[in-house]
Amino acid sequence: MQWTPGLEHYLAVSFVLFSLGLLGVVVRRNLLVMYMCLELMLNAANLALVAFSRFRADLHGQMLVFFVITVAAAEVAVGLALLVALYRQRRTAHVEEVSLLRL
Amino acid sequence: MKFEGLLWWILFLPLGAAVWITLRTLKNPGRSAALSIGAALASFVLAVIFWAANGWTTGQVSVSWWRIGSWTASFDLRVDPLSLLMLLVVTGVGSVIHIYSVGYMRGDPGYARYFACLSLFLFSMLGIVLAGNFLQMFVFWELVGVSSYLLIGHWFERPAAADAAKKAFLTNRLGDLGFLAGILVLQGVAGTLDFGRLEETWPEQVSALGATATVVGLLIFCGVVGKSAQFPLHVWLPDAMEGPTPVSALIHAATMVAAGVYLLCRVFFLFTPEALMVVAWTGGLTALLAASIAVQQNDIKRVLAYSTLSQLGYMVMGVGLGGPAAAMFHLVTHAFFKALLFLGAGSVICALHHEQNIWRMGGLWRRMPVTFWTFLVGTLALAGAWPLSGFFSKDALLAVAWGRSLPLFVLGVGVAVLTSFYMFRLVWVAFGGPARSEAAAHAAESPQGMLWPLRLLGVLSVVAGVIGIQPVLQAILPGLEGSHAASWWGRLMEPFHHAPVPAAAGLAALLIGVGLAWKGYAGGAEDPVPNRWPVLGRWLRDRFYLDELYEGTVIWFHDAWARVVAGVERWVLNGFCLGLVRGGTDLLGQSLRLLQSGNLQTYALVFVVGLALLLWWTLGG
Repeated sequence: MQWTPGLEHYLAVSFVLFSLGLLGVVVRRNLLVMYMCLELMLNAANLALVAFSRFRADLHGQMLVFFVITVAAAEVAVGLALLVALYRQRRTAHVEEVSLLRL
Repeated sequence: MKFEGLLWWILFLPLGAAVWITLRTLKNPGRSAALSIGAALASFVLAVIFWAANGWTTGQVSVSWWRIGSWTASFDLRVDPLSLLMLLVVTGVGSVIHIYSVGYMRGDPGYARYFACLSLFLFSMLGIVLAGNFLQMFVFWELVGVSSYLLIGHWFERPAAADAAKKAFLTNRLGDLGFLAGILVLQGVAGTLDFGRLEETWPEQVSALGATATVVGLLIFCGVVGKSAQFPLHVWLPDAMEGPTPVSALIHAATMVAAGVYLLCRVFFLFTPEALMVVAWTGGLTALLAASIAVQQNDIKRVLAYSTLSQLGYMVMGVGLGGPAAAMFHLVTHAFFKALLFLGAGSVICALHHEQNIWRMGGLWRRMPVTFWTFLVGTLALAGAWPLSGFFSKDALLAVAWGRSLPLFVLGVGVAVLTSFYMFRLVWVAFGGPARSEAAAHAAESPQGMLWPLRLLGVLSVVAGVIGIQPVLQAILPGLEGSHAASWWGRLMEPFHHAPVPAAAGLAALLIGVGLAWKGYAGGAEDPVPNRWPVLGRWLRDRFYLDELYEGTVIWFHDAWARVVAGVERWVLNGFCLGLVRGGTDLLGQSLRLLQSGNLQTYALVFVVGLALLLWWTLGG
């Protein structure tokens, strides 16, 4: 009998991806890397949703994934623009150096 | 009643003028004056039309004003001979003084504001006259106080005027507190504030109420003591002379201060014999006190102010002795000749470039003939010379006193002696003798716009005694005796027929006063009284030190108390209570701002940890 991965395997991968992303967001200092880690977290969530959709024969999950992808695309556009603007102004993309909104 | 709607126009036209001037024409003096005078004249003409159409009718127009539960306050316009007479006097004298003001106030920077206030005053005064219940009366009573405040303080950049306005307002508040308490007690015991209904039900209630009825009367009399400046709240009126002279004439002589007497006559039925006794003696004392102070005043307006006080005391005494009709009669004639005297004084003051000391005048009778002759007419009327109006009304008051209380009759005659004495002192010093200052030597007669009001009021001061005011008052109020003869001669001689003693006493008082004044002041260059009786002269000149007494007791205590309260506010409320609250908030804020590090990753971490805790809390355990 050929081995096929079950729901729990997909969820495990998703969990690992999500954790890596979160770790990256919390510990990496470069904004661009933090950004990519954020995307990683989003995609981990997407993977979980698709897996659920597949194993429970429910298309709602896939539909939600399309929305997430769309929103993520828009978010990337805005976020990268902000990042470029920030870099142009302050010549840095390091998160410790952009803590101006502090009392 | 025909033309009931006219009453609303009479009342609200001056208010309309005041509002319009304030909102639209403050920059345009000419138009403001025209509006204000137009409103006053229109009110007067409409009042005359109403009177011509209805005669001395009685009636009431009511609209529901506001209600609380089952209790309704109505806005009533009450018309009866009393209010109609007062309506004609107020709008008539008011119009004349509005016109006079054009000349007197020319070039004043607050010209438009002055006319707006004058119109506001006229509206408030008409409100008092037409009020049909106590609540409405009280509202307009206070409005009159406000307009009086605004007008006394017209030249508010002068500290004396600002202080006088404040003094008048606060002194009046003291009396009005009693008035308000009286109204509340009355509402409590009688259940209504409507004059008409009270008049019907009150006589039945008096016996059941006992002393409460007297207390109600006395509390309401408190309002009168404030507004009509009776002792011991008389101190504001002489100071009120800091306002423009036409204002003194209209408000502080002819109409507003007379409102107290009008109120007494309006609700005369409320007063028990005991209350009337207090009223009578308060009035008598005020009359004597003010007349004796007037003897040693050197400011022309202050002499007239104390004379006003004294005459108001006379009227109040008349009401207290059970003669409200006589008091009303004197109120009307007094309105004419006292307005005349004040406007005459204004004409002199204007001509001498705001010199008010009579010892720096002199010889004016030759330089200002119209002012002098009209002033003399006013003086004679005030002193009670037959056959001028003042003789008849004063005689009516003396006749009331003669019939009821001998001590007050003697006091009244004494005041009459003093009245003619100080008035003729004033005339001789200000108008007779040689000119005692540069300004007096070069004085010129005032413009015609100021002289015509003088002439008009002069005529009224002469004839007001015999044009038939008495029978109108006789019909509605007690206190005027004697039949009204048909022929002019009969009317002129009437006082000598029905009460010869008071009439003779009044004339004797006039002659004694004139004689004394002639002896002391004719041609003299200085006042003989301070030289011959220095102590008496000083006490009279310094108003019996009553102002100083109040300064030392009431005002001192008030200031001390104010300081205590200010200390409590500053140290206890601000220092301790607010300090605690402020300090606590500050401390909390300081510690919370430490969380705001500005580091994106800290936020992210806190966010994730928080989310994890939340999930664990909802899904776990």
